[in-house]
Amino acid sequence: MAHFQKKRGKSTPGISTASLPDIIFMLLFFFMVVTVMREGERMVQVVTPQATQLEKLEKKSLVNTIYIGRPTQKYQAIYGTRPRVQLDDKFSNHLDADIALFLEQHKLRVNEQLWGQITTSIRADREVTMGIVTDVKTALRKANQLKINYSATPDAARLAQMN
Amino acid sequence: MAIDKKTAPEINAGSMADIAFLLLIFFLVTTTIDSDKGITVQLPPWSEEPPDPTKLATRNVFSVLVNANDQLLVRDEPTDINTLRERTKEFIINPQGREDLAASPTQAIISLKNDRGTTYEVYLEVYNELKAAYDELWEEESQKTFGVSYSDLTTDQKRTIRAKIPLVLSEAEPTSFGEED
Repeated sequence: MAHFQKKRGKSTPGISTASLPDIIFMLLFFFMVVTVMREGERMVQVVTPQATQLEKLEKKSLVNTIYIGRPTQKYQAIYGTRPRVQLDDKFSNHLDADIALFLEQHKLRVNEQLWGQITTSIRADREVTMGIVTDVKTALRKANQLKINYSATPDAARLAQMN
Repeated sequence: MAIDKKTAPEINAGSMADIAFLLLIFFLVTTTIDSDKGITVQLPPWSEEPPDPTKLATRNVFSVLVNANDQLLVRDEPTDINTLRERTKEFIINPQGREDLAASPTQAIISLKNDRGTTYEVYLEVYNELKAAYDELWEEESQKTFGVSYSDLTTDQKRTIRAKIPLVLSEAEPTSFGEED
């Protein structure tokens, strides 16, 4: 009891940073849970156009996505530079058959009663021409998938003009 | 030197925060939360017969053509995209009761035709303006009938508004004059 340690120097005690990683890990887990990395690798470059009449897509599970754009750099050597359609993780060569199959595969994961609410999101690059988009729409109509959504980003300038 | 054996030396945990920050930034960068917004459209059911082209010239049809050079032709005259929304609204509602515009909103049909070489961006811009015309008309009708904004209505009330001013937009098979990519 007589060996009290003398405090050496006048430095104030450092702030304990031991709890900082815990806070960061909490944020990290939050992000891991909230963001769903379900989509596979994007093989086409897509910059969606801008629009003002946008509606949010509810229920991601009832949405399947079709990508239309030019292949990315690493795929251009094999697939060329003309715009193509990507379904899941493959390019499509025969649109009608591939899209019908793609839609059926999605329906397998969805409760039958909700099939009528399934929406197909078309994410097409803004510079793509209407030929390929029309072919995709025709294939969707043949497969009786009539609810579609043209993916677009908000057009801030025009939205401000409207309001 | 009297070594105090009861308290172990503290591990400096400051660098753990750096590691955690790195992981967090990695996640923020790699997970792209794609914008899930867009213009919702109901496609017409598929039928093997081609649609009847003879109805195009009547007063109730508002024809919009976009060619491969992304130029607009509304009712056979070149138009600027900025005037499309107002003209569409005027056509549907026909406030002055003109003979060349729609007889009533329920009989108004918009016919949209493009070319296979039309840029998707321009097509969507045109579609956006046509949809906006209807959205604005529904909003005005909702304010007039129910006194609240269209987005605040119940599904049934929305249905009644849309029954008064139905969105009838028929898309024709595209022409193939332009160069498609």
